[in-house]
Amino acid sequence: MLSCKETTHLLSAAQDRPLAFKERFALKMHLLMCKGCTNYRTQMDFLRQACDRLKVTNTDKEQP
Amino acid sequence: MTTSAAEFAADLADELANFRPDMLRFARLQLRDDPLAEDVVQEALIGALTGRQAFAGRAALKTWIFSILKNKIIDALRGRSRSINISALTDEAEEFDQTFDQLFKANGHWMPGARPGNWGDPEEALRQSQFWTIFDACLNHLATNTARIFMMREILDFEVEEICAELKISTSNCYVTLHRARHNLRGCLERTWFGPGETSC
Repeated sequence: MLSCKETTHLLSAAQDRPLAFKERFALKMHLLMCKGCTNYRTQMDFLRQACDRLKVTNTDKEQP
Repeated sequence: MTTSAAEFAADLADELANFRPDMLRFARLQLRDDPLAEDVVQEALIGALTGRQAFAGRAALKTWIFSILKNKIIDALRGRSRSINISALTDEAEEFDQTFDQLFKANGHWMPGARPGNWGDPEEALRQSQFWTIFDACLNHLATNTARIFMMREILDFEVEEICAELKISTSNCYVTLHRARHNLRGCLERTWFGPGETSC
């Protein structure tokens, strides 16, 4: 069983490389039961999204 | 009658000048070196004006100039890439580990007050200009070497293997550094923008 601490490392790694089957399985089991880490995953995705926005349009301030 | 090349260049220069403040801010975030940031922005603008590369109209102008700028930043980073300070990176890691460990109980699960919160609809934040001020501040708040690796990954689109090769660090060092950067960024955003974490799991 993954700890939350280990889970945060895997959730970050998932942004950089495909996870192995075993990792994906362990992650899924953990996330089913842990709200905090589920939030963490959303936050990792959000950071990627914010950085994408930063580099593409460089935060078009005119945009509504 | 046709518009002369000189007039066209002058119009383009005017339009591009509007992007200069945003370009500078972007370059500063990546490089953390104001004179160098000025230089790469200048080079990108000159490159855009003298290059033969066409751009597909006004809407694409900003994307176009920023892609030129991105390449200039990559060149600048490559120029000093051998100078990553491994011991400083190690210091940053040690400092992080101390505070990171305090977020967890002995069994590795979140301490109640440290549990990441629900940010609601975070995409809403992307539409608010105040959010971008906070986001910049949080990026600037990252430790120097940590920030540099994060920027290479997220803004300049390097793969992890490329970062390792470029900076001569191990893959595992790269992964923990990226985790550190993301963890600190999410913490900074939660403290300054999204509000406190969950109270129960």
